[in-house]
Parts: sequence; C-alpha cells; structure tokens
Amino acid sequence: MDFSSFSEQLIQQLINGVSLGSIYALIALGYTMVYGIIKLINFAHGDIYMVGAYIGFFATSMLHLPVLPALIISMVVTGLLGMLIERLAYRPLRHAPKVSVLITAIGVSLFLEYTSMFFVSPQPRTFPNVMESVTYHMGPFVVNSQQILILVITTILMVILTYIVQKTKIGKAMRAVSFDTETAQLMGIDANRVISITFGIGSALAAAGGVLVGVYYNSIDPLMGIMPGLKAFIAAVLGGIGIIPGAMAGGVILGVIESLVSGFLSSTFRDAAAFAILILVLLFKPSGLFGKNTREKV
Amino acid sequence: MNLSRIKDIKIIALSIVGFAIIQLLLTENIIGSFWELNIILIGINIIMSVSLNLINGYTGQFSLGHAGFMAVGAYVSAILTVKFQMPFLVGLIGGAAGAGTLGFLIGLPTLRLQGDYLAIATLGLGEIIRICILNISYVGGASGFMGIPRYTNFAWTFFIVLFSIFFIKNFVNSSHGRACIAIRENEIAAEAMGVDTTKYKVMAFTIGAAFAGVAGGLFAHYFYIAHPASFTFMASFNYLTMVVMGGLGSITGSIVGAVILTFISAALASWPEFRMIIYSLALILLMFYRPQGLFGNIELTDLKIFKRFKGGRK
Repeated sequence: MDFSSFSEQLIQQLINGVSLGSIYALIALGYTMVYGIIKLINFAHGDIYMVGAYIGFFATSMLHLPVLPALIISMVVTGLLGMLIERLAYRPLRHAPKVSVLITAIGVSLFLEYTSMFFVSPQPRTFPNVMESVTYHMGPFVVNSQQILILVITTILMVILTYIVQKTKIGKAMRAVSFDTETAQLMGIDANRVISITFGIGSALAAAGGVLVGVYYNSIDPLMGIMPGLKAFIAAVLGGIGIIPGAMAGGVILGVIESLVSGFLSSTFRDAAAFAILILVLLFKPSGLFGKNTREKV
Repeated sequence: MNLSRIKDIKIIALSIVGFAIIQLLLTENIIGSFWELNIILIGINIIMSVSLNLINGYTGQFSLGHAGFMAVGAYVSAILTVKFQMPFLVGLIGGAAGAGTLGFLIGLPTLRLQGDYLAIATLGLGEIIRICILNISYVGGASGFMGIPRYTNFAWTFFIVLFSIFFIKNFVNSSHGRACIAIRENEIAAEAMGVDTTKYKVMAFTIGAAFAGVAGGLFAHYFYIAHPASFTFMASFNYLTMVVMGGLGSITGSIVGAVILTFISAALASWPEFRMIIYSLALILLMFYRPQGLFGNIELTDLKIFKRFKGGRK
C-alpha cells in the first residue's frame, strides 16, 4: 500500500469513525449523566436505546412518518420510559447497597431485552428507507447522507443539552444534585424530580441514537443494545465518567479507534479493542481523559 | 477429632448415600436422559456458582467475567484430551491450571479497581477472552471446538462437585477465608489490621477461576463441543443470578440457587423467552424484597433443625 492510498483510507475510516462515534457519544451522555447524579451504572441504558430504535421503526413503518417527527416521538416516549424505569426500579433502592442497585440494573436490562423479544419477535427488522441515500464524493472520500444526518442531529442535540445543563434552572439543579445531593436538598431542590428528569433526558438522547442507527445500518433487533451499551459505557469512562464533554469526546474517540481497528486489522477484533481501551483507562487513568484525580478518603 | 470434622464426615457419608441412590436410578433408566443432562448441568452450575460466590460473596469483589474462565477451562481441557490424547483427569487439571493462571494474571492488575469499575472490567476481560478464542483457528474459531469425547458422567460430576464444595468451604473457614471476609466487610479496615488485601483478593480470584475452569472441562466433555457462544457475558449473568438468588456469602445458597435456576430453565425449555423474563423479574423482585438472597449468609447446617439432628446434608 503506497502512502497516498494509505492516507486516503485513513481519512475514510476517520469519517466512518466519527459518525459511529457520535452515536456512542449520544448513548454515553445518558450513562455519564446518570452516573454523575446517583453513582449508578445503568446497565439498562443500552436497552433503552434499543427501545428507542423500535419506536422509531414503528413510527416510520406504520405511521409512515418522515425521519424527524419519528425521531422526536421516539425521544419523548423513550424519555418517559426512562423516567418510569427510574421510578419503579431504582427509586425504591435509593439507599440500598450499591451491589443491589447494580444487580437490579442488570435485571431491568434483561427484562427490557426479553420483553421486547417477546413482543416484536427476535428476528431483525429492516428499517424502512426513510431518506434517499445520496453519496457525496469529495475528492477521493465518500460521505453519505445518513452520515451527514447523524452528525447534524448529534451536534444539535449536544448544543441543546449543553444549553440545558449550563443555562437553565433545571440544569443548575442537576449540577447541584450531582455535586452534593444532601446539600442540594437542604437548599430546596427536589432531588427525586431532578434525578427523574436526568433519566428522561439521558433516555431521550439514547433513543435518538437508536433511531439514527436504524437509519444508518437499516437493521434493528432486540439484542442490538447490548454491545453499543457497553461501548458507550466505555466511552463515558474514557472521557471521565460524570463529565458531559468527556462523554462526547470519549464517544467520538472510541468510534474512530474502532473504525481504524476494523479498517486496518480485522473487524473481529473491534470489540476486543474497545474493551482493551476500557481496561487500560481504568488501570492508568481511572478518572478518564477529562477527569480530575480524587483521593480516596476513609 | 473436633466437631466440625465429625459434621463433615457425616455430610460426606450422607451425600454418598444420595449419590448411590441417584446413580442407581440412572443405571436402571428410571431417570431419563433429559433429566440426566439436567442433573449434570446442575452439578456444573453448582461448581460455577460456588466458585463465583468465593469471589463475589466472600471476598466482595464484583466479578462479571466468570464465563470467560469457564471457556478457558473448556478449551484447555479439550485440547489436552483431543489433541494430546491425555486422560480426562489430566485434561480437567490442565483446564483448572489454565483458567487459574489466567485468573491470576488478570486479577493482579484489575483487582485494584473497586465496585462498578471492577464489574465492567471483568465483563470486558471475559469478552476479550471469548473474542480471542473466536479468532484462534487451532481450536475451531467461530464454529467451535468439535469432536470432544464424552467423558463426563454423573459420577465424575458428583465427586468433583463434592470436592469443590469442600475445598471452598474449608478455604472460607481457614485464616485465608477470614482475611477475604474482612476485605469484603471493609477493605481499608482490613488493610489497617495487617491483611495483605491484594494477596487475598488475587488468591480468591485465582481459586474461583480455577474451579470455573474445571466446570468448563466437565461442560465441554459432556456436550461434545466447546463453542464460544456458550461463554458470553450473558452466561456470566446467569451464574451471578444463581449466587445472588442463593445469597452472597452462603455456599448452601449457591447450591440451592444453581439447583432452582437450572430446574426453572429445564422446565421452561420450550419457552426460552419466558425463561429470561422470569429470570429478570425474579432478580429485580429479589433485590426489592430480599436483597441478601434466599439464605443470606447462613448455611443450611447452621439452622436450628439441623443442630437438633446433629448432622445433616450439605
């Protein structure tokens, strides 16, 4: 392989990696927000993304909606589902040991997977062609319209999220609860409501990721959430769990690394590479790329 | 001879009687082949859950990669018996050694992590093991390692289960085991009292991994095949469910958990989708109403009724 074709392939893999990575980033945001606020790894988050993809599927195939309304419907319904899950499964265990909550999250994850498998059958579904696939050639590089859609929508959602977290009252309350729940409650913040809204926003972002994946890969199935869920968690850890810009950057970095591994080595090692990154990050910089080191206190 | 030795001997004697009865029923074909398979699966699951309990329940290190060690045991033992024509016992010991060594190598760096991070890291390592096996064509790659002879039978399973239970029970009751329990209760306090926490965490992890390797060896030599799809993290969740259901820190609990869940999945074999829904609901409800599991950290032999009979089963 001579140098010019190598660099062409490199840039092509970078383009693919950024679009895959922005979907990871959307899911990772939910992980990182929930972890930041109640210190729970929400194992069910990947399955919420799957539910979002299915709602998008039904909205486009049965109601024949175009992609944007389907995306919004899916985000709203899935956001409500996330709040419901928090209310029913996690709130009763707010003061329970961490392991109990972790196991409950695994239980919720299995429940979502297999209940949806029961209702929509385990066969993969083909996502309807909601937008004509146009391929743009920019010199030697190829970008298709789905990738542009992913990038545009992800950017818009991230701008909105940053606005909510930084500028609005509820965002301020979220930051306060994540910093110190008890003090925030003493200042008159309804922590349960804030946690509920955090779950809602996180789940809505995951749903957006699910619909975009459906549009991009055209195929969805009830177990599609497991791997992206784990990858998004890796992305959140990579950027520094609990830190919102970290999740965005971590998702894109992970997507790019995965694309490079499957492009230059072998696609079978893609998942192994992601887990290897996780373990390296945990061992050498557990606070993540954007995190500050905190000392353990007795 | 002290009291606990006498109790052990009584339990062993009783379980050998139980073994003789089941073996008789099997040779007389009163228990059909479907339930024979499930009895052997129960045995394998008991080894998995008891060894996972040593890591998760007694030492308090939340591991989600147990199926990965089982995979290593299955493949190493299969390589020894198929490619090198070694006897079954050598295969099993090799499987245990392979999984134990890997557990040691993995445990040494990762056990510095705590709680959720350790859970995710072990899950990741389990998947890395599986993906690596998937890419080794020497052991069949993605289509699995085929042509493994069936050496596992009820007698092998039973006596290995008995050995594992007693090994782990005695480990837990030894000074090493007390160190592990101290780490579970409070790692910083244990360290302050002079417990070498890294050493004991790695020790528990290595022993747990080695027994998972033995279980893998039994598994591969019963089903004629070792397939990467049998050892996903869903399998690890399955073993975790058994341990949590029975009670983290109770060997009796792990045994009961393994028996109940294997029976449930056998009974619901024709409706696998219901099986998983019931599993997940059971897991959630258990965490709500009985987070310590069915047995908490109590052993069956600690119960009053068994004190009265001065003995009892395992």
